[in-house]
Amino acid sequence: MTALLEVVDVVKRFRGLTAVDSVSLSVEDGEIFAIIGPNGAGKTTLFNLIAGVYAPDEGEVRYAGARIDGQEPEQICAAGIARTFQIVKPFPDLSVRDNVAIGAMLRAPDMTAARAQGDEILRKLDLFDKSAQKAGSLTLPDRKRLEVARALATKPRIILLDEVMAGLRPTETDRMVGVLRDINRHDKLTIVMIEHVMRAVMALADRVHVLHHGASIAEGAPQEVTKDARVIESYLGMKAAH
Amino acid sequence: MSFSLYVEVLIQGVLSGLVYGLMALGLSVIFGVVRVVNFAHGEFAVLAMYCAFVLFGLAGVDPIIASIPLAIAFFVLGYAMQRGMVQPFVTRPQHEQFILLVGVALVITNGLLLVFGPESKHVDLPYSFDSYTVAGVLIDKVRVYGAAAALAVTAALFAFFRFTSTGTAIRASADNLTGAAVVGLDVKRLYAISFGLGLACVGAAGSIMMALTDMTPMLAPSLTLLAFTIVIVGGLGSMTGALAGGLLIGVAEAVASLVVSPAIKSMVSFGLLVLVLALRPQGLFGKAES
Amino acid sequence: MKGALSFLTPRSTIALLVCGVALLIAPFVVDRYTLSIILLALLGTYLGQAWNILMGYCGLLSLGHALYLGLGAYASAILFVNYGVGPWLSVFVAMALAIGAAAVLGWLGFRFRIEDVYFSLLTIAFAEIVRIGFDNWSFVGGAAGFFLPVNASLSHQWWNLRGGPLFFYYLALAMAVASLVIAAVLRSSKLGYAFLAIREDPQAARALGVNINRTRFLALFISAAMTAVGGVYLAFWTNNLFPAQILETSKSIEIILAPIIGGLGTLMGPFVGAFLLVPLGSALTDGLRAIGLSAPGVKALVYGLILMAIIAATPNGIWPWLARKLGLEAREP
Repeated sequence: MTALLEVVDVVKRFRGLTAVDSVSLSVEDGEIFAIIGPNGAGKTTLFNLIAGVYAPDEGEVRYAGARIDGQEPEQICAAGIARTFQIVKPFPDLSVRDNVAIGAMLRAPDMTAARAQGDEILRKLDLFDKSAQKAGSLTLPDRKRLEVARALATKPRIILLDEVMAGLRPTETDRMVGVLRDINRHDKLTIVMIEHVMRAVMALADRVHVLHHGASIAEGAPQEVTKDARVIESYLGMKAAH
Repeated sequence: MSFSLYVEVLIQGVLSGLVYGLMALGLSVIFGVVRVVNFAHGEFAVLAMYCAFVLFGLAGVDPIIASIPLAIAFFVLGYAMQRGMVQPFVTRPQHEQFILLVGVALVITNGLLLVFGPESKHVDLPYSFDSYTVAGVLIDKVRVYGAAAALAVTAALFAFFRFTSTGTAIRASADNLTGAAVVGLDVKRLYAISFGLGLACVGAAGSIMMALTDMTPMLAPSLTLLAFTIVIVGGLGSMTGALAGGLLIGVAEAVASLVVSPAIKSMVSFGLLVLVLALRPQGLFGKAES
Repeated sequence: MKGALSFLTPRSTIALLVCGVALLIAPFVVDRYTLSIILLALLGTYLGQAWNILMGYCGLLSLGHALYLGLGAYASAILFVNYGVGPWLSVFVAMALAIGAAAVLGWLGFRFRIEDVYFSLLTIAFAEIVRIGFDNWSFVGGAAGFFLPVNASLSHQWWNLRGGPLFFYYLALAMAVASLVIAAVLRSSKLGYAFLAIREDPQAARALGVNINRTRFLALFISAAMTAVGGVYLAFWTNNLFPAQILETSKSIEIILAPIIGGLGTLMGPFVGAFLLVPLGSALTDGLRAIGLSAPGVKALVYGLILMAIIAATPNGIWPWLARKLGLEAREP
């Protein structure tokens, strides 16, 4: 397998605060890669660096061998990297169907085709019954699903999922795990996920990368990483204390 | 043209700029806290001018003195307006706030037109044509008084924001609304006070302007634009920016009137505006948004 | 085109046809004064649609559309009077000029991410710069205005937009219909959906591959060009142009009231708004005169109060509410 997405020594500072401190990681084609770490560890900033919201102060981001850091978000999406937002960003006044069709229109010849493609994805994510509703009227779990549906509609090769399990009930989590596993296996989609719900991480991830205070502290198979003393101390230990 | 003429014009620009700055300060305070652009700002300034005109006509009150009671009266007006009318619009989209305030502007301008007619009005002060001569440079007495009054009101406002607990609370809620609500500040009251303070600035500035220029109801839109230009140049929501913008625009317009022609002086301010937006979109003193 | 009309239910098709037929036969039914009011409402519909494409669909609040109106009007009038170029040709110059002005505005605004209120204030400032410039530019007649010759011998040169009231009425009707069609086609196209996505959430739109700068420019260009065409019409219909009228901020406000009151971002909003506000304005004039209150200012004062009342009562505009009442809601495509 070859690296589809590579992050090399990336640094991002905000007003003197180093949010991402020399992080490197490499995601292989077809794998499910999880990024975990306590709040404020720099996970979402790392996503924003990959997705083109920010340009890194140092380091490189490579996708399929070519540098993409410094490109605009729309260019990166068009290249094949889709992302969801941790704080969901639906188009509130538009119907669920239109929300997803806007994602699909990136690669569809016209809106009729975009709608047809969008509907297929809505069915896959159990949102089709709600397609006429305004996105602003959805419940939080449905909005999370809509985020995923919209990102999938752009037909990416890599999808960056930012805490799509948060707020879901266990049964809903299992359903989402099933959907993600399915798109990973059948649609050959590479998944990079930021996730706090360890149940989902353990079930899905091939490898886990742990960030703490903006720096990488561990990487490996889920079972190994969760045994790592530093990880337990920084992250899991903190969770256990709750 | 002699050198002293330039100095005169420069000083005149600074003195007018202080009054402009006070007016724009009102717009900036309202936007900075309530996040509503007062599209009727110039109309309130003209309303204050007419109030000063009436006070002068009825009781012979010097408009510069009248700026104090008018500031208080306009504070009450602004407080009531925010409570009774603007508050529900705070969370509404910008274009709806715009229509509401366009409505307010129409009512004020045409109300004044109805009562006072379209003729231009002015007040004759005993010292209207007096001037000081400093090192061969002539300075209008009335402009000095006006600028001093504007400076005093401005200083009072800065002191309010810095030294009173309500002022601190308002600054806190401008920085972080949710935070302010969480710690139990009565945000609606703070908004009403801010709108009141904003109008107090216009009330005082309008009153002072009555001593300096002629006025008709039709002057209102250009005053609104002037206030917009100043706050954008200075940085929308920044108090220091409003003052600096006022001075800059005051000087630029005065110099442009002298060097080119009075007719195009507002074009110069707009040119300045475009330049600032091109080079520093958040304004000279505005905070860059992250 | 088929996609563009898919929002129509049988009921709303009938309603639209009834309106269309009524407007077609109006000149033979109503008196000339009423016809002039309908003409103004049609023109308001047209300009409202143009503005609505920018604000209602793409979320960019322009408060300076008088700029494009004035540029279009002056360009065509000057080309006609000074150079003998007819409006059918100069309309392209008018559109090009408006697009040029919009490009400068957009370049300043979009490149630096001047958003929301800053963009709106920039549009006012731009329009004002041009107005003051025109006020002091003798080539365009300055504040004293620019006039087109009103010559009876020319009055049947319809190809030079010289014609009687009937001619201008049907031209306004054609423009209003055309603007509706343009808006409907846009609304159902990929570009139209890109507009909506940007209006709803620019950041999410970018993450879905929408190039927001390019899309915003296109919205601005389409809107400005359409408005400039309205300016050409105004020039040849009124035969006189004054910066203090056609380039004034109050003109910009007049343009935007109809779509906002009618229903922002809806196809029928500009139509409903214009056909409410224009007759309301003239009814106010007539009514106030009838009760002896014809002093200057009364009308605008009452108008201001009504605006405040409408915006407080129906924040989304009249049309969404009216459509529900009449059972004319759009169908999901």
